[in-house]
Amino acid sequence: MIVEIGHYALVLALALSLVTGVAPLIGALRRDGALMDVARPAAFAQFLLVAGSFAALTWAHIASDFSVINVIENSHSMKPMIYKVSGVWGNHEGSMLLWVLILAVFGGAVAVWPRFMPRDLRALVIAAQSWIAVAFLSFILLTSNPFARAAMPPIEGNDLNPILQDPGLAIHPPLLYIGYVGFSIAFSFAAAALISGRIDAAWARFVRPWILIAWIFLTLGIAMGSYWAYYTLGWGGFWFWDPVENASLMPWLAGTALLHSAAVMEKREALKVWTIFLAILAFSLSLLGTFLVRSGVLTSVHAFATDPARGVYILLILVIFIGGSLALFAWRANELKRGGIFAPISREGALVFNNLLLTTSTATVFVGTLYPLALEALDGSKITVGAPFYNYTFVPLFVPIFIAMPIAQMLAWKRGDLLGATQRLVFAFGCSLGALAIFAWWHGAPILSIFMAGLSVFVMIGSFADIIGRIFGRGVSGGTALRRAFGLPLSAWGTAIAHAGMGVTLLGVAATGWGVERIVTMHAGDSYQVGPYALSVQSVEPRKGPNYSEVVAIINVKRGDRMVAHIEPSKRFFQTRRMNTTEAGIVTLGFGQVYVNLAEEMKDGAVDARLYWKPLVSLIWLGALVMALGGALSVLDRRLRVGVAARARKALPPGVQPAE
Amino acid sequence: MTRKSRRLVLIASAVAVIGVAVGLVLFALRGNVSFFYSPTEYAEKAPAPGTRLSVGGLVKNDTVVKGADKTVTFTVTDTNKDVRVAYTGLLPDLFREGQGVVAAGVVGADGWFRADSVLAKHDEKYMPREVADALKKQGVWNQGEKK
Repeated sequence: MIVEIGHYALVLALALSLVTGVAPLIGALRRDGALMDVARPAAFAQFLLVAGSFAALTWAHIASDFSVINVIENSHSMKPMIYKVSGVWGNHEGSMLLWVLILAVFGGAVAVWPRFMPRDLRALVIAAQSWIAVAFLSFILLTSNPFARAAMPPIEGNDLNPILQDPGLAIHPPLLYIGYVGFSIAFSFAAAALISGRIDAAWARFVRPWILIAWIFLTLGIAMGSYWAYYTLGWGGFWFWDPVENASLMPWLAGTALLHSAAVMEKREALKVWTIFLAILAFSLSLLGTFLVRSGVLTSVHAFATDPARGVYILLILVIFIGGSLALFAWRANELKRGGIFAPISREGALVFNNLLLTTSTATVFVGTLYPLALEALDGSKITVGAPFYNYTFVPLFVPIFIAMPIAQMLAWKRGDLLGATQRLVFAFGCSLGALAIFAWWHGAPILSIFMAGLSVFVMIGSFADIIGRIFGRGVSGGTALRRAFGLPLSAWGTAIAHAGMGVTLLGVAATGWGVERIVTMHAGDSYQVGPYALSVQSVEPRKGPNYSEVVAIINVKRGDRMVAHIEPSKRFFQTRRMNTTEAGIVTLGFGQVYVNLAEEMKDGAVDARLYWKPLVSLIWLGALVMALGGALSVLDRRLRVGVAARARKALPPGVQPAE
Repeated sequence: MTRKSRRLVLIASAVAVIGVAVGLVLFALRGNVSFFYSPTEYAEKAPAPGTRLSVGGLVKNDTVVKGADKTVTFTVTDTNKDVRVAYTGLLPDLFREGQGVVAAGVVGADGWFRADSVLAKHDEKYMPREVADALKKQGVWNQGEKK
């Protein structure tokens, strides 16, 4: 019964989103207040219906209701509770329901926040958001119904794919989807601006927190996915330039560009048309990502059961939304008024440079991801585009971004002083040269790694140079400096911290050049040196788990004679699905990690293994956390909360000027 | 600067960046992509030694030989033609005789294909798509059409 209610709620949500897509739109065009006011309660009701539907599916999974096909195929009554819940989105149908749920959450959120927003703008944004909801709700109901019942319910389910039985499943997809779908709000704002023909600094102020939120979650989602792949696939790498990874990287790059161009718009009212275009681009790339991952054109761990009908339907959605919004853009963009002017050397100029490089690097990733598909469609030949392609294209485009990052922060709006800015970075530059010398002396490493490490130090220190300059002046006491530090807008801190986070990640990536890798045949009693650590193998033995059997190596990690850690890498075999999983033995020592991965076969009490020492590797993901922290600080900046300023103005009696 | 000259600067720098990017992409596409061949195509096209490519098919039964210093040799087949592959390193999960595999590497002068990476299928449902297609051409694969 609950399952049917969930299904019915989804149908109602579709009907309601059709109404919400039309009524407020007509209201906004005809200046009809009553019709525009449909938007808020309707967006809220949509959220409640989709949430109810999601809750119903979750209930079916928790209660192990094996009359539902989705539960049969992906659950098992003995599965731990966390995987029963996260298993809801560990399959195609459920993951699309999660997608729609997040869409509805954003729709509901924009109905109530920010509190002060032009009525027609809000109505148009919610209408646009509802059209996306119509597309995906109908997709679920027509091609991927999670509530379908089985004619002959079995007693037990097929269990969840063992690779997905990991806490990563509880975290990675929701984070990534909040990021992907979050860009739908930016897209809806862009559509609203194009339809109404009005766009100004206030528009940018309304949309920026949403872009930031989407960007934060996408950053975390990508980092989490990268770490999950790193520890679970046992290849020891953190990024494979796999099309599925690229599918999440492209919206991130476009979203980062959007974030920066929206800042220019908010401060200087310039780059209007470009910002609108980027908003469309970021969400289009999110849709493209959904298509690549869900349609089955690519095979990967993300491609659940594939069905050509689904691929065609998503492709249709893709064509309608991207084509439609670009047509709207071509038709209306000319009506948007031109904004402020600026010199090429200025904060705006630097942000344009950033945008240019980010969108170009997005394009290179796009080519690398889709070229093989296009080539196969054209002449049938199959090619693989791997890491070397991206090393030659993406990396050279990103190096100038890193170099420009601290310099850009130093430039003034409108007209900047490049020489002055670089002079103020002498300290950061000196530090990076020093670091370069240290890194060069430390182990042998490829020149590129040493250069990247030096660059990362420049970025990390340089990011704070502006703030430090603003806090400390000549003869400033500690107290004044502290007061100034608190007085600085949070977004200034946010920028500095997020940029420094990029530097941290870069350092982690650069340090892979110092890594040590060994392939050995492991016997009990052996000892191996990897980097500064010795791994001493206590035993290699078969073992039984609750629903798997495994080969495990018990290893003590020593530094000199001191034991510092204990790891138990294993290779598991799941009988139900006849599948192996890798449980790499990982221990974090300082910022580096010792990583041991076993082969599956055990012969004569020995097992082949890959041993790694990965110095500073954890910085790759910690950097993403730092970036997200910077983003969060920017969201919290008071100046972005439009309501605060409006209330403050209202509180003053007429005729009184607020004191500066 | 006038609005016009500012715009000119902008367009010039955009053209410069995009030009560099296009150059890099073309350069990278020439040297760093590898073609996928089935064993039959491998035999027909006879790639020159030193060519980078991927070969996919089934691991032929009773051909996997584990040699010294972690070198493994095996034969990849599409039941029509065979390719002999040598690989040094750990084989992936689910590498089995009679199962689908994709080996990426370089064509050796001595007739061996020297793989530097070997991918096997992920689970019981998933067969590398290239392998499924290669096998379908030989008419020995009929489970490839997933529901």
